[in-house]
Amino acid sequence: MTTQAEHRMPTATSASAPPADAGLLPSAEPVRFLDDDGGPAPGDAHGRYERPSTELLRRAYDAMVLGRRFDAQATALTKQGRLAVYPSSRGQEAGEIGAVLALRETDWLFPTYRDTMALIARGIDPVEALTLLRGSWHCGYDPMATRTAPQCTPLATHAPHAVGVAHAARRRGEDTVALVLIGDGGTSEGDFHEALNFAAVFHAPVVFLVQNNGYAISVPLSRQTAAPSLAHKGVGYGVRSERVDGNDPLAMLAVLTDAVESARAGGGPVLVEAHTYRVEPHTNADDDARYRDHDEVEAWKRRDPIARLEAHLRSRGELSDDDVAAARSAAEEFATQVRERLSEEATGDPADLFAHVYAEPTPQLREQAGWLAEELAR
Amino acid sequence: MTVTLGKALNAALRDAMREDDTVLMFGEDVGALGGVFRVTDGLAAEFGDDRCFDTPLAESGIVGMAVGMAMNGFRPVVEMQFDAFAYPAFEQIASHVAKMRNRTRGAVGLPMVIRVPYAGGIGGVEHHSDSSEAYYAHTPGLKVVTPATVADAYSLLREAVADPDPVVFMEAKKLYWAKDEVALPVTTEPFGTAVVRREGSDATLVAYGPAVPVALEAASAAAAEGRSLEVVDLRTLVPFDDETVAASVRKTGRCVVVAEAAGFAGVSAEIVARVQERCFHSLWAPVLRVTGWDVPYPPPVLEKYHLPGVDRVLDTVDRLQWDDAPDPRFLAGSR
Ligand SMILES: Cc1ncc(C[n+]2csc(CCOP(=O)(O)OP(=O)(O)O)c2C)c(N)n1
Ligand SMILES: [Mg+2]
Repeated sequence: MTTQAEHRMPTATSASAPPADAGLLPSAEPVRFLDDDGGPAPGDAHGRYERPSTELLRRAYDAMVLGRRFDAQATALTKQGRLAVYPSSRGQEAGEIGAVLALRETDWLFPTYRDTMALIARGIDPVEALTLLRGSWHCGYDPMATRTAPQCTPLATHAPHAVGVAHAARRRGEDTVALVLIGDGGTSEGDFHEALNFAAVFHAPVVFLVQNNGYAISVPLSRQTAAPSLAHKGVGYGVRSERVDGNDPLAMLAVLTDAVESARAGGGPVLVEAHTYRVEPHTNADDDARYRDHDEVEAWKRRDPIARLEAHLRSRGELSDDDVAAARSAAEEFATQVRERLSEEATGDPADLFAHVYAEPTPQLREQAGWLAEELAR
Repeated sequence: MTVTLGKALNAALRDAMREDDTVLMFGEDVGALGGVFRVTDGLAAEFGDDRCFDTPLAESGIVGMAVGMAMNGFRPVVEMQFDAFAYPAFEQIASHVAKMRNRTRGAVGLPMVIRVPYAGGIGGVEHHSDSSEAYYAHTPGLKVVTPATVADAYSLLREAVADPDPVVFMEAKKLYWAKDEVALPVTTEPFGTAVVRREGSDATLVAYGPAVPVALEAASAAAAEGRSLEVVDLRTLVPFDDETVAASVRKTGRCVVVAEAAGFAGVSAEIVARVQERCFHSLWAPVLRVTGWDVPYPPPVLEKYHLPGVDRVLDTVDRLQWDDAPDPRFLAGSR
């Protein structure tokens, strides 16, 4: 443990006034490497960022193809009643996969209900990853072993947890980073703002990735904010921010890797806004025809992140027909396994109701567990 | 040694922090100032700003950050400045603090303490005197503790810090200056144990937190009038000690619950329900309550009419059907 002398008490005024935006503001336009068809984006739209390595892009490609197939399988299983609900992240593969590939295994991921694809990319068993959405009372995987928090449903409430986990690691001298996923709607919640502020004040190594997919269920972005962009929300807290074409896998990987490594190196938190789109309805239970035009969805489908990455890699001779076929057949194989393993109805042991409320059940819980057991024995 | 309850809490934090490097204390004004009630006095000086520190003024952020630190190897103690100012943190408390262990099937426990100065009687202006214990006690996954004696303040806070589960530690503000002769460190009965503070044979007063001294005073006054009242101090609301409460009521056959909080849907109502479930055949009279009225806490101008005092407790004891006559207040058609 550190001694008092090594830690300065905070002072009332900051040492020197930083310049107006202190380099915290995002670029004027979202960072892009690729145009909508996967060709090179004009000029220096990628700003100061470097193209990710081909090796990383190939891994991203395979994971995105697999992620999308998994996502489609989960949607199908929901229609068959095998899952209680499934919020699809189709079209957001660059964010889901980019976030995970930017992290080390020792880093922490804080996902939402929409980010099951990221759990799969993180290597979590798909049946474990889908436990919650099957309607179980627990998240299915071991957050400590996987360094992945339970998927969070109360919007933005996991963001302060990421700050705490990251700050705790830094206090111990570890170089762990926490990356928290959040939606555009979630940025209106108080906890998003409190977390940004805490992260900045404590200089915690946290990357906030806002996946701005245009909607919070039915409510469009224009009803969430009047700010020039969601990334602009960082400057008020002293958090460096960036905005990215969220359907450009090169840009997402470049910016997220940079953000994670900058936080790891002691540069403080970073806010990244990914401009993307929710191609599917909010969940299987949603009717999106009530609030958006089909044309809008079709326009975004033409900016498909997988097609763009595929075109880019092919144009450079870094992805062959065989590679594509291999990625697709691995994805197909994975989906088949998920389908087979979820063919059974989810069940649960009623005794588990009482087992994990406290480390040791209270006398009242032991009593109630007994009453339920008696009821079931009748 | 004469110690105030506030000093005992301070000593408990200091001793816990000395013993275990992972214990942290943070919140609003807990650093240089030592907290508005001075419960963290001297901790920043002794342990440094990385173990006892001020945070931005945002209660949800404070509790949320504590969740993250508890997930990652620390034992945070956070101070909510006043009862009513813990409400911004309620979503964190109800949705995460209380549920994390369950929703991770035991993989992630949260060894953290949320200290809440609560209840009135100190002349505070509005929003400074709420009895908010029912919100927490009603939320499965939380332990809820409220000491009424100096020794308990020390011992229960040490136990709270050491507990593997989150504890909402409710500190009755008017008791911060209560004094007792106690040699610290001291270990009293563990969580889940109520204590008979005064033995008696005619009726049981069940109380907790700020109501305990009121109940004890009422029992002394009743003794002067020839009535023997037993006083049970619950100490922990969750886990609840049904055995001690029921044993006392079975012995005396009459029971009054005394609590400062509004009665409707409150902890006092839960106690009454539990007593009648367990003691119905031992009761000579319905279980009655003395509680705050069902009104927003009235600041000092009216608080004396609100707070359950000795007279109201004695009046209620008088209504326990000593002459087998039904309680006129609750007769059908009486209202
Ligand atoms: C605190 C809170 N309020 C409301 C909801 C209900 N809800 C679930 S998802 C959602 C929309 C969230 O939109 P966004 O943050 O943009 O994420 P997306 O679903 O688009 O990924 C709402 C309102 C919730 N989960 N939590
Ligand atoms: Mg959205």
